[in-house]
Amino acid sequence: MVNEHVKQNVYFILFRIATFLSIVVLLFILLFIFKEGVGVIDIKFLTSMWSHRDITQGGIFPAIIGTIFLAIGVSIISIPIGICTAIYLNEYAKENLLTRTIKLAIRNLAGVPSIVYGIFGLAFFVLFLKLGGSLIAASLTLGFMTLPWIITASEEALKAVPLSFREGSYALGATKWQTVRKNVLPHSFSGMLTGSILGISRAMGETAPIIMVGATFFMGYLPTSPFDKFMALPYHLFILATQHSSPYAREYALGTALVLIALIFMFNFGVFVLRYKLRRKKEW
Amino acid sequence: MEKNNVKISIEDLNFWYNSKQILFNIDLKLYSKKITALIGPSGCGKSTLLRCINRMNDLIPISKFDGKIFYNNEDIYEKNTDVIELRKKVGMVFQKPNPFPMSIFDNVAYGLRIQNMTDKNKIKQIVKESLEKADLWEEVKDRLNLSAFRLSGGQQQRLCIARSLAINPEIILLDEPCSALDPLATAKIESLLRKLKDERTIIIVTHNMHQAKRISDYTCYLLNGKVIEYSGTAEMFDNPKNKLTKDYIQGVFG
Repeated sequence: MVNEHVKQNVYFILFRIATFLSIVVLLFILLFIFKEGVGVIDIKFLTSMWSHRDITQGGIFPAIIGTIFLAIGVSIISIPIGICTAIYLNEYAKENLLTRTIKLAIRNLAGVPSIVYGIFGLAFFVLFLKLGGSLIAASLTLGFMTLPWIITASEEALKAVPLSFREGSYALGATKWQTVRKNVLPHSFSGMLTGSILGISRAMGETAPIIMVGATFFMGYLPTSPFDKFMALPYHLFILATQHSSPYAREYALGTALVLIALIFMFNFGVFVLRYKLRRKKEW
Repeated sequence: MEKNNVKISIEDLNFWYNSKQILFNIDLKLYSKKITALIGPSGCGKSTLLRCINRMNDLIPISKFDGKIFYNNEDIYEKNTDVIELRKKVGMVFQKPNPFPMSIFDNVAYGLRIQNMTDKNKIKQIVKESLEKADLWEEVKDRLNLSAFRLSGGQQQRLCIARSLAINPEIILLDEPCSALDPLATAKIESLLRKLKDERTIIIVTHNMHQAKRISDYTCYLLNGKVIEYSGTAEMFDNPKNKLTKDYIQGVFG
């Protein structure tokens, strides 16, 4: 018989190694990109238009703007629809076979590869709805791709609100909507925000689908309407890393990667602060 | 049984949860401005019966109800009953204190605000009165903006009573309100309930026989979803008519 203390220690060490490995790999990736990419980053790189002939003369400003616009577009489309769907499924819909099937389908949609959303966006938004390759077509495509994640996360956040809050509210003669608005949403909002942010961060880094629905490698102007094409950091990075002939391309690709990571970190940090402020209010 | 005004009349009530029958042919008249205790062992259906009276069981999708409950001579299970209005008249206090995660003041004001009361002075006035009626005002008057979660269990339960008093219900249903409280906090709630019955009808579920004996005017003993005996409390405890009741109150149950 193996001593229980020995067993306990073996498992403890196992979990520790796993944690250590994931942190080391992550840190290694970040450090590598930082070390290789930080050299090209200066004010010009961040704020100038892209110079196609001599890449050292220009910057990635339009790609940064494109990715920010895309994140805004995706948020506008997926957050409200996602949260409202989650509220409906969790608070209003009767628990029956149809509801369960819908929930299962949504969870499965979260696993559909992004390129499949891309081809759908190309066929439906770009060609059928005649939106052309554009910011709005890309926002819609990525927005629908993000929806299942936001719905699932929001549902979990709603489920975490204790039943006793709802019962207490109903017992005072509150309607369903009053209960949801005053006693469920305020306590699940920070969880919904977390889920939404993870979804939108993923969308900001997507490359494959946006190639099909409007991202372009070189554009001499910034998009001025939702129907313009746009540059985006992940696609820009892809082209620099694989297709560009300039001897500086590798360094510029890594610089672009660094900017993309920084942008997503900043985005997440902003939401983290917001969530912290919201969470301080709740105690249960 | 002495002559009294019937506030609630339950007629031939049957209740199923997930195709398992919980309550069988319940007939019960509950009297105005009295405390009625529903006693019985765990799982006998007393909480389910209580939750039929304010239609809280509506929230359970796989339940089925059959029968009639008359409140002020109207059947509350009729198709056009306004459940929202019903619950404003029939308040409920739960087993585990369930204050909302907001300030003490906002907890009590919740029921007023959902009725779209906007007059701040009036809300303040009612919050104060409700906390006074629930014997909590003196303890919290200087910290109404404190989170309700900072209160002790007994205080939280009195806050929940104040919260339901704020919308001035005719009936208060209490579902084992003291089961999570210590004897001192329990005594406070009991004396509070005695005071409240001057104006309101109180129905309390308890599995503490002594509590039923101490505070109630009428007692109903339920076993396996059926009413075994229902009479004045003194009568039941001094001279139970049914052998099952006698066994239960003498502690030789089983």
